[in-house]
Amino acid sequence: MEKIKTADESNAGTQIWLGIVKATGEEPIFKAGDVVRISMRFPIGHFRVPNYIRGKRGVVESVIEPAAINNEEEGYGRNAGKKSHYYRIAIPLSEIWDGYQGAPNDGLRIEVFETWLERFETEKE
Amino acid sequence: MNTHEHNHDHPPIEEAGGTAPDYFEMMETAVRELLIERRLIEPDDIRRQIEVLDSRTPALGGKVVARAWVDPEFRARLLADGRHACEELGITFYDDTSLIVLENTDAVHNLIVCTLCSCYPRPVLGLPPDWYKLKPYRARAVKEPRALLKEFGTLIPDEVEIRVSDSTAMVRYLVLPQRPENTVNFTEEQLAALVTRDAMIGVIRVNVDPAQGKEAVQ
Repeated sequence: MEKIKTADESNAGTQIWLGIVKATGEEPIFKAGDVVRISMRFPIGHFRVPNYIRGKRGVVESVIEPAAINNEEEGYGRNAGKKSHYYRIAIPLSEIWDGYQGAPNDGLRIEVFETWLERFETEKE
Repeated sequence: MNTHEHNHDHPPIEEAGGTAPDYFEMMETAVRELLIERRLIEPDDIRRQIEVLDSRTPALGGKVVARAWVDPEFRARLLADGRHACEELGITFYDDTSLIVLENTDAVHNLIVCTLCSCYPRPVLGLPPDWYKLKPYRARAVKEPRALLKEFGTLIPDEVEIRVSDSTAMVRYLVLPQRPENTVNFTEEQLAALVTRDAMIGVIRVNVDPAQGKEAVQ
């Protein structure tokens, strides 16, 4: 797995004893297996998060490397120097659609930028 | 663009002569002329990019899939990093997208869609079919994939998980279909010819009719 790896794999190795300080956004905030909620926001303008997944709960399947510019900012020419991660998020189709007609294991995979993900805390349940 | 040859269906393109340009044609002309006037692109860039796109067809994807079927090490590299593995075969990525290759198995059937617009693995498959870009496919792929697949003649048993990948940004997807069973004696080239665009989108399986199988054995 060269381009897509979990945060743990990315962090493995020599970084700690080399004393490298990472830039903001350089390290992914989430890792594979984290439970997340897609933000329930409705900004005006260019966005890359379809309405049908907003507010839904999913699991981080993998961190998409390398870090990328925010396409939503880039839409307005603002991207200089700022990068963050996309994550491949798994969401069951039955979580997205009430009364989903299909098999219980059917699922969605979608890449979501870090700014749209919230850590899912159990007290929210 | 009316002289290209490729493997997708669309209605005949009407000749522009005689009728006034419509809103979108005027918009395209205005934007193109502004971009050129401000030296953001050169006059030849758009024509050149159309040539780049026209050089990409599903036959490239078919070659990638066939190689993965006959070469397990290539298959592993393809699943680990789709873009690098395609580049090994000389398929360049002229855009900044990466490629995740999704392997169909006895347990999982993959389907790709772009619900926001028409993101598609163009470097390996060329232009998407019209239905891929239209709202019925885009909406139904994520809402009722089994009913949608059934209309393509693809029946997926309930015990097989359907995994729909929706591309929204930098990642493109390509489905690696299952190799049909009766193709043991096929050459890589014969296998590549079996792999169609729709199988790499995930709306059908790769099938081989028994007569073709016999022919390949000889």
